[in-house]
Amino acid sequence: MIPEIGHFALILALLLGLMKGTLPLIGAARRIPTYMAVARPASHGQFLFVAVAFGCLMWSFMSNDFSVLNVAEHSNSQLPLRYKIAATWGSHEGSMLLWVLMLSAWSVAVAAFSRHLPEEMVARVLGVQGILSVGFLLFILVTSNPFERLFPPAPDGRDLNPLLQDPGMVLHPPMLYMGYVGFSVAFSFAIAALLGGKLDATWARWSRPWTTVAWCFLTGGIALGSWWAYKELGWGGWWFWDPVENASFMPWLVGTALIHSLAATEKRGSFKSWTVLLAICAFSLSLLGTFLVRSGVLTSVHAFATDPKRGVFILGFLVVVIGGSLALYAWRAPKIGLGGRFAPVSRESTLLANNVLLVVACASVLLGTLYPLVLDSLDLGKISVGPPYFDTVFAPIMAPLVFLMGVGPLMRWKEASVPDLFLRLRWALGVSLAVALILPFVMGSWKPLVAFGLFLAIWVFAATMVGIRERVRNAPKGTKLARLAREPRGYWGMVLAHLGIAVFIVGVTLVNGYQNERDVRMEIGDTVTLNGYTFRFEGAKSITGPNYRGARGTMDVSKDGRFVEKLYPEKRIYNVQQMPMTEAAIDSGILGDLYVSLGEPVGDQGAWAVRLYGKPFINWIWGGCVLMMIGGFLAISDRRYRLAVRREPELGAARGAAA
Amino acid sequence: MKRAVWFLLPLAAFLVLAAFLFRGLGLNPREVPSPLIGKPAPAFARPQLHDAAKTFSQKDLAGQVWLLNVWASWCVACREEHPVLVELARQKAVPIVGLNYKDAPEDAKAWLKQFGDPYMLSVVDRDGRVGIDYGVYGVPETFLIDANGVIRHKQIGPLTPAAWEKTIRPKIEALRRG
Repeated sequence: MIPEIGHFALILALLLGLMKGTLPLIGAARRIPTYMAVARPASHGQFLFVAVAFGCLMWSFMSNDFSVLNVAEHSNSQLPLRYKIAATWGSHEGSMLLWVLMLSAWSVAVAAFSRHLPEEMVARVLGVQGILSVGFLLFILVTSNPFERLFPPAPDGRDLNPLLQDPGMVLHPPMLYMGYVGFSVAFSFAIAALLGGKLDATWARWSRPWTTVAWCFLTGGIALGSWWAYKELGWGGWWFWDPVENASFMPWLVGTALIHSLAATEKRGSFKSWTVLLAICAFSLSLLGTFLVRSGVLTSVHAFATDPKRGVFILGFLVVVIGGSLALYAWRAPKIGLGGRFAPVSRESTLLANNVLLVVACASVLLGTLYPLVLDSLDLGKISVGPPYFDTVFAPIMAPLVFLMGVGPLMRWKEASVPDLFLRLRWALGVSLAVALILPFVMGSWKPLVAFGLFLAIWVFAATMVGIRERVRNAPKGTKLARLAREPRGYWGMVLAHLGIAVFIVGVTLVNGYQNERDVRMEIGDTVTLNGYTFRFEGAKSITGPNYRGARGTMDVSKDGRFVEKLYPEKRIYNVQQMPMTEAAIDSGILGDLYVSLGEPVGDQGAWAVRLYGKPFINWIWGGCVLMMIGGFLAISDRRYRLAVRREPELGAARGAAA
Repeated sequence: MKRAVWFLLPLAAFLVLAAFLFRGLGLNPREVPSPLIGKPAPAFARPQLHDAAKTFSQKDLAGQVWLLNVWASWCVACREEHPVLVELARQKAVPIVGLNYKDAPEDAKAWLKQFGDPYMLSVVDRDGRVGIDYGVYGVPETFLIDANGVIRHKQIGPLTPAAWEKTIRPKIEALRRG
């Protein structure tokens, strides 16, 4: 009964989506207030029904209802409860349902926080969201119904893929989807502005917080995914340039460009048509990512169930949404005026360079991801593009971008001067060069790539500090602390996000430069030394978990003869899928990780093949991402967005009274 | 007017991309027939992973039916198929030779140590030249080679238990019966 209620709720949500995607748009075009007024209640209703459907699916998982095909395929009665809940979005069908849930949640958020916007704008934004929701709901109902029954019911389920049984994986998809789907709001705002023909600084100001929030979630989602890969794949790597990772990274790159270009549009009215195009592209890439993952065009680890029918459906939807919006762009954008002029050296030009570099980076990732497919379609042969391509192409594009990141925020709008900038930044430049040259010696050995990476990171840090100092000095009266506190949160958000990049670079550079690994066969009592730590293998015992059995090794870690801790790496075999999994034991710290994973038992004397890694500063990679996220959230809590909320209804009221 | 043409560019670029994606849907990457099927396996002689002083050539297994499995430590999908290979090796179902494709030998050895080594031996193809000769599209791939050194089947993507039971094992048995 419960699954049927969920199915029925989805159909109702589709009907509400049809209303939401048509009436408000017609109303906005013809100025019919009653039609436009449908947008908000339809959004609320749609969210309610999608949430009911999602709840029903979750309930089916939690109550082990193996008469539901999806549950039978992705759960098991022995699966711990938290993973049963996570299994709701562990399958293709469930993850599409999660996608729609997020989309309708974003609509409700727009409906709630848009009271200060003109009615037509709200109606158009929600209308576009309605069209998107119709596409995805149809996709679910037609090609991937999560509530399909299985008759006769399975006695037990086939279990959730053991790779997904990890806390990181419980949170990763929702975060990632919040980001993916969040870009739909910026997209809807862009389409609404193109439809209404009003693309101005106000449009940019309305889009900005939404874009930033979506970007924060996407950052968090990607970071969680990478952290999961590090812990769970037992390999010590944190990024694989897998097509699915690329699919999430491309919208991130374009979204980052969009955040910066929106700033220029809001402050100076520059790059308007470019900004609109970026807003369309960011979401289009999210859709393209979905297509790549769901259609099976590319082979990947993440390829869940793949089905050509689904591929055709998503591709059709892609053509309608992306093709339609780009056609609208080609029609309307030429009428957008040019913004204020600016000199070749100015904050605008650095932001433009930032945009170009980020878009080029995204294009190179897209190229690497799709190249095998394109060559194959042209019958030019078959190739595979692996990490070597991405590593070679990506770093040279990022390096100038990071360098500009130090300079950009110190530049004036409209026109800046190079000698003046040099004068202001000469200390930052000197300090970063000196530290970059010396620090690698302190770390043990001098390597050019490490020095270069450190230079970029310290450069960003030092230039940001120069910026803060100048701001304090130029601020009117008050103690230094009071002056700092008066700076808007938007500014602090930028500072934190930029420092996050610096921290991230430190992590990547030092891990790549100084990681150590040892692969050894260890008998009971054997010791191995790595990075000054001594590891003593105490043997492995067999263990039984709720849905797996396996072996747990014990490793005594000591430094200079003093006991530090015990680590317990595990090797698990999951009962249902018979899949061996390595649970690495990781001692995480701010200066680096000690990472121990068990290989295979060797012989029958209790010896094991063991891998030990020293990963210096690896947590800075994710720490940097967390800083970027905090920066983003800080920026949207800026006073001016809240002031704008309060001011605009008053203006509207005043206008109404005057008329 | 000229300016308006520029604004059509994104749409044009997208439509080209969509056309490729549509063709891509028809070309299931796991089912591309290899032009090499029915032809002699391309010749190679490469150092072995665990003993670089020795080389291995496809001729060395003449007279036997065997599998050539292309793998790499950076290939995440290889982990998925690995337990299947380990199980086949345990049952001594068929000799499996690994072609370690575009990989660092240290990483490759460590990977085998961690996940188990199902291979009779692995051949190092660091620059991917052997892979090019065999038309390797992506890792993992598995070739079934008969006693006369002719390629009989190619599995693109992970070797699943289903693919083994339904396709590869019947083919091996048929080849052995002769």
